Amino acid sequence: MTIEPRKPPPQFAARLRRALGGRAGWGGFALQILFVAVLAWIGYEIVANARANLQSQRITAGFGFLNNTAGFDVSQNLIPYSGSDTYTRVFLVGLLNTLLVSIIGIFFATVIGFLVALGRLSPNWLLSRISGGYVELIRNLPLLFQILFWYLAVLSALPNPRQSISLFGSFFLSNRGFVVPRPVGQAGFEPFAAAVLIGIVASLLLQRYARRQLFDSGRLITIWPYVVGLLIGLPLVTSLVFGAPVTFEMPELKGFNFSGGSRLIPEFVALTVALSTYTAAFIAEIVRAGILSVHKGQMEAGASLGLSRGSTLRLVVVPQALRVILPPLTNQYLNLTKNSSLAVAIGYPDLVSVFAGTTLSQTGQAIEIIGITMGVYLLISLVTSALMSFYGWRIGRSMNA
Amino acid sequence: MKRASLVFTFALAAGFSTQAATAQTLKTVKDRGMLSCGVSQGLPGFSAPDDKGNWTGLDVDVCRALAAAIFNDATKVKFVPLSAKDRFTALQSGEIDVLSRNTTWTLSRDTSLGANFTGVTYYDGQGFLVKKSLKVNSALELNSASVCVQTGTTTEQNLADYFKGNNMKYEVIAFASADETVKAYESGRCDVFTSDVSQLYAERLKLANPADHAVLPEVISKEPLGPMVRHGDDQWFDIVKWVLFAMVDTEELGVTQKNVDDMAKSDKPELKRAFGTDGNLGEQLGLTKDWVSRIVKAVGNYGESFDRNVGAGSKLGIARGLNQLWNKGGIQYAPPIR
Repeated sequence: MTIEPRKPPPQFAARLRRALGGRAGWGGFALQILFVAVLAWIGYEIVANARANLQSQRITAGFGFLNNTAGFDVSQNLIPYSGSDTYTRVFLVGLLNTLLVSIIGIFFATVIGFLVALGRLSPNWLLSRISGGYVELIRNLPLLFQILFWYLAVLSALPNPRQSISLFGSFFLSNRGFVVPRPVGQAGFEPFAAAVLIGIVASLLLQRYARRQLFDSGRLITIWPYVVGLLIGLPLVTSLVFGAPVTFEMPELKGFNFSGGSRLIPEFVALTVALSTYTAAFIAEIVRAGILSVHKGQMEAGASLGLSRGSTLRLVVVPQALRVILPPLTNQYLNLTKNSSLAVAIGYPDLVSVFAGTTLSQTGQAIEIIGITMGVYLLISLVTSALMSFYGWRIGRSMNA
Repeated sequence: MKRASLVFTFALAAGFSTQAATAQTLKTVKDRGMLSCGVSQGLPGFSAPDDKGNWTGLDVDVCRALAAAIFNDATKVKFVPLSAKDRFTALQSGEIDVLSRNTTWTLSRDTSLGANFTGVTYYDGQGFLVKKSLKVNSALELNSASVCVQTGTTTEQNLADYFKGNNMKYEVIAFASADETVKAYESGRCDVFTSDVSQLYAERLKLANPADHAVLPEVISKEPLGPMVRHGDDQWFDIVKWVLFAMVDTEELGVTQKNVDDMAKSDKPELKRAFGTDGNLGEQLGLTKDWVSRIVKAVGNYGESFDRNVGAGSKLGIARGLNQLWNKGGIQYAPPIR
């Protein structure tokens, strides 16, 4: 009796099977189809049912309301907006306010978080205890409470506009916010901006060149005098030739409030401060964990090469720690963005407040508006995740190289 | 608040409302043994819990009168406190049977929300509350002021119209709840707090020093406040409408909480019709013959309820004004019970 060797299945079929069904084979594939079908059916039922209900009760549905006039005002708008604009415009105003507070919050949270983490790891006893105390205090208090604290206890305690705290007669701090002179672009603005841009690009190229020289031939080129010249000297010369790029419009107390100048509203300040300090406490712990995850031999190796503690951290430890830090850091960024919707408690006009709040109750179209709002938050979160993943991929690549 | 509107939205989407909306509200309420009534989160005079947790107010009395007419027991009401922006979604989703929450009757709300206004419990208008120390005597002097307002109200739009119409600039700061709005006003974040005049009087009571604040004379809008019910149940719509009419009509007829038993024995034809000793008007509504005396016994007539909650007999002390009966110089007018 001869034993026939079993024929391997054709390559194509095996590959297809692996792609579709994984190890479970065709059975698993069928299960997945069934699962997707059930999900699709549930989704369809929800939409169809909602539509039928709305129709039977003659509740207005659809997205036509987006072109109607909003008829209410918003205290902070980054794009020109007035009450006679449409709900679409309101949506954009709210979205930009949410993005503004998120981006600035993320920036400050990251900076404060890194500083606190380094402080906590520092051999300085006092510094490490203060950083530890900060983390324990801030991360254990509810965020809404902290927002209300900054808004009601700190910023509301400032004097009214007529008795505002004045710096050099042009910066004013009051319970209406922080008023600063507003730069107004003049004829010399465009050449000035071009000069700054040229300065930045040239400096970056110069740095790249110097680095290449260092790696290729070991020559150390001092570039900082050129960089200073490009970044400060060039714009200065341009503004001398073409005239001052901006003049400042001074704020003036008129009636109840300041007129002229730019103003940071206290709602924005309270929300940004609360969000960034709160998230920073979590980021500090993530960064600390990341740095501790790098073997201490790396630190010693850096020291034995004659690098300072700061340089070792910057060049050796942190780049390795980043691989551990990035995924939980992304989480914190997403949390901060989503937490910004607590703005509604202190009257900051974010997306939830002006769109899922005022617009919703004026139009009554709850399903559409809540749907859009959820979609937008999802999109913001996915874009943030994608950017962080890309950054992580780049770090991973340079590590393996 | 955000969570509440999410829950209501899902309830709406998943269609819990179909059964409740189709001409079954009275039966649903009877089966449940409880009326579910949407009210404010605490507006003295209209709907607010007292120190024992009992809800009182003009809007609350409408719900109590409804419960009295249905169950002969004014306590069979579950009050659901709602923020301005959640109120309509709660009604649409069937969470509440009737919305009695100082809500302004406008065309768009009457048509696009899938709900109907049943009448006017209080004729109101929008006004401004300012600190006396600002020495402002007219709303026209408010150029460049910061204004605190509750979000999700007609107030926000009236405000925009008024300042635009008078060519004045202003800064609006909108808060989700009335409490937050008043707190911001009190802390000095705004110069002005704007809302319906009745609400200004009510909120002024909550301030640390009510005498330091004044309501400006300008009334910049018409704000007829009334209860709302869902589309699609005409019987329920009739009941809610006529319970309020009964309160107004009994005041006109001179029926009070005290004399209701004597009046019920009266031979006057209109009283006999109202108290069901002649005809069966109450049963035509789907209620009982003695529905009117049940209502008056429970909450009194419209005038009594007004005085007790917002008028001379209350802390608010608001004059009857427009809300006086039509034959006494006001515009409160109810069709006859016949």
